[in-house]
Amino acid sequence: MKNKFFPIFIIFVFISIFIIFYKGLQDTNFYTPETKVNNEIPSFSAELFYSNKIVNSSEIFELNKFYLLNIWSSWCMPCRQEHSLLMDLTKNKNIEVIGINYKDTKINAKNFLNELGNPYKKIIFDKDGTKAIEWGAYGVPESFLIYNNKVKKKYIGPLNNKIIKEIRFTVK
Amino acid sequence: MLYSVIGYYSLILGLCFGLIIIYFSVKNFQNYQLLDNKILSFTFLQFFFVVISFLCLILSFVLSDFSNETVFNNSHTTKPLFYKIAGTWGNHEGSLLLWLFVLTLFILIFLLRSKKQPTKYKILTLVFQQMIIIGFFVFLIKTSNPFNFLYPTPEEGLGLNPILQDPALAIHPPILYLGYVGTSIIFSSALAATSLNIINKSWASHIKKWVLISWIFLTLGILLGSIWAYYELGWGGFWFWDPVENVSLMPWLALTTLLHCILVLEKKLILTSWVIILSIATFTLSMCGTFLVRSGILNSVHTFANDPERGLFILIFLFCLIFLSLLIFFFFHKNNKNNFTSLFWLSKETSIIVNNWFMMYFLSVVLIGTVYPIFLDVLSSQKISVGPPFYHKLIIPFLIPFLLMMAVGPKLKWIKSNLKDKFYLIILLAISILLSFLIVKNFDTKFLLNTILISSSMYLFFITLRDFFIKIHNNISQNIAHFGFSLLILSILFNNLFSTEIIANLKVGETFQSENTKIVFESINQEKEKNYQSIIGNFSIHNSKGKIENMLPELRIYNQPNIVTSEADIKTTLMSDKFIVINLVQNQDYFNIRYQVKPFMIWIWLSVVLISFGGLMSFIKKEHEK
Repeated sequence: MKNKFFPIFIIFVFISIFIIFYKGLQDTNFYTPETKVNNEIPSFSAELFYSNKIVNSSEIFELNKFYLLNIWSSWCMPCRQEHSLLMDLTKNKNIEVIGINYKDTKINAKNFLNELGNPYKKIIFDKDGTKAIEWGAYGVPESFLIYNNKVKKKYIGPLNNKIIKEIRFTVK
Repeated sequence: MLYSVIGYYSLILGLCFGLIIIYFSVKNFQNYQLLDNKILSFTFLQFFFVVISFLCLILSFVLSDFSNETVFNNSHTTKPLFYKIAGTWGNHEGSLLLWLFVLTLFILIFLLRSKKQPTKYKILTLVFQQMIIIGFFVFLIKTSNPFNFLYPTPEEGLGLNPILQDPALAIHPPILYLGYVGTSIIFSSALAATSLNIINKSWASHIKKWVLISWIFLTLGILLGSIWAYYELGWGGFWFWDPVENVSLMPWLALTTLLHCILVLEKKLILTSWVIILSIATFTLSMCGTFLVRSGILNSVHTFANDPERGLFILIFLFCLIFLSLLIFFFFHKNNKNNFTSLFWLSKETSIIVNNWFMMYFLSVVLIGTVYPIFLDVLSSQKISVGPPFYHKLIIPFLIPFLLMMAVGPKLKWIKSNLKDKFYLIILLAISILLSFLIVKNFDTKFLLNTILISSSMYLFFITLRDFFIKIHNNISQNIAHFGFSLLILSILFNNLFSTEIIANLKVGETFQSENTKIVFESINQEKEKNYQSIIGNFSIHNSKGKIENMLPELRIYNQPNIVTSEADIKTTLMSDKFIVINLVQNQDYFNIRYQVKPFMIWIWLSVVLISFGGLMSFIKKEHEK
């Protein structure tokens, strides 16, 4: 009796692993970019990366101004790819780039910025990842175009030239 | 253009031969005498067509034929010839073709080398192997064809990712694949042997060579990847517990355990279930690695392409193989009932079994750390990433009994042993504890754990060292491998304990002074190379003894794709590595300097080479036995 039960149990375990992997595979591509668009940005208070000051979100985002909020992390490889685009974007005076440093250590993050440059006007330090959740982020990297305290557009995954062009066009 | 066509149709022909082989084998399984030569020639033809296809892809890369999509995506005319060739397997499609090449090569060698084995067993192995081969053929042709056309033909390619343009990384995939694919032979052969119920001493002796050869290549492949990460990624570490590294470590752990089980099985008919399950596990873990890395389900340093279709294919294929092997295992495997009653507590095989359980523990830690984020994501939509602290906390404490067992185990006899004449074991243990106490004394961090860890690895070190001088007739290959392992753990420990690091931002002409090191940024030079521009910093390092050393770290700005990589300058001596890397600080004349002194770095590499050399010795010995 016991001998028959064991193989069935093992096969059952593997079937459930299969199902989980299968779902995991689909989830990676299940992005819903519509959510949170044109919504008010969340209000929160957070620690700033360099000064360690606690600030309110209203102090960061002014009205009548474009912001690109970029969620990044030193351990995230796609962030490395999109970083040069963010650096380019800093040359544009109509928009400010704000960073959320997601689940990172300060040393690694500083090394990352020293290596690739710092495009961010301000960086919110989000050690436990809760701030990113308030923004409804799916993961890193992710960027939000913000105007008048509203999310105008959300970009999931690394930025590319096409998106940057679109942003440039919007803020003109 | 022409080569793409030839390459593509060769692939399809190769697939056809795979189907023909299976058809013939199954149809004529009973009167198999007819089959012997036919099957060999079919297998050879299949291999031949894969070679043609592989050569065509290499030629397309060498000739920079951008009408081929793979070439367009991964090559560029200004790339040196060496990297054009290496670029062939530096991408998803090409690396799969390489995988297929090794698969067909290995089954051919297997057929040629096992003439003396029973024909039924050979045919069955071939059938299982062909199932894998056909699976990969279909995968390649359907989802990742390396010969896709591009029209109109682009003028210039997108270039190979610069961090992949490195000699260590150029040979890393082929070596690693030899190891991975070698496990497929073990898998098929174990399934065949199980179905025919011939898992016994002679089978163990026959498959041992394959276990050894895949183990050697897998070890070297992991080593090359690690060396590359050390000097190319510029983080100064050599193991990051990245998913990609983990998926190569898991088959290695399973394969190492399998190797030890085979050693036991060669002497005594026990552990048959272990051997079968591990043979299956080793290959499925290699496949699982391919799935996790290629499907984009995990984000990692070298996820090639995020294509869900590919992931789905590998996933289904992987689980078909798993279920097939489970079925065969449950239906055909008959366990000897008096299996463990014959084990004496103090014997070589008992110590091997104990350490096997430890290995399985390490394996499950790595496995859980790698797949847990996926499970959590699916079940609760939480995103986490598992970092080094998890692995360190769970693995390091258990290394201590593992090392002790590894030291004492080989000293015991097969079947039954006693503790007579083992006095030197205790003396050596005392010496190692004393020595490590003296070494660690000056450091206050984690004093107890470090002392015990270092003493247990020193214990293994001394015991294996003693054996080199005393018992020449003894199993020298095992001794070399275990000696290498103790050296590896020791150098990793010392490396962690005694590394120092200086991080500073400097301008040309400035000096950084710390307690016992002075770093002077002398000058900066620019040079133009074929496919990149390089900025070389000239530093002189003054240490406390007044010795001056010049170091030249480099920044490379590649033209296609436009990426900056930093090449560390590393001065290696037997005692320590001096590692310096520079990075640009944006919009400023400052450079970010990272200078590290890492003791015993080279010993980490050397000890792994030593470990695989032990395997090679064993392989050669095996070859000469016949």
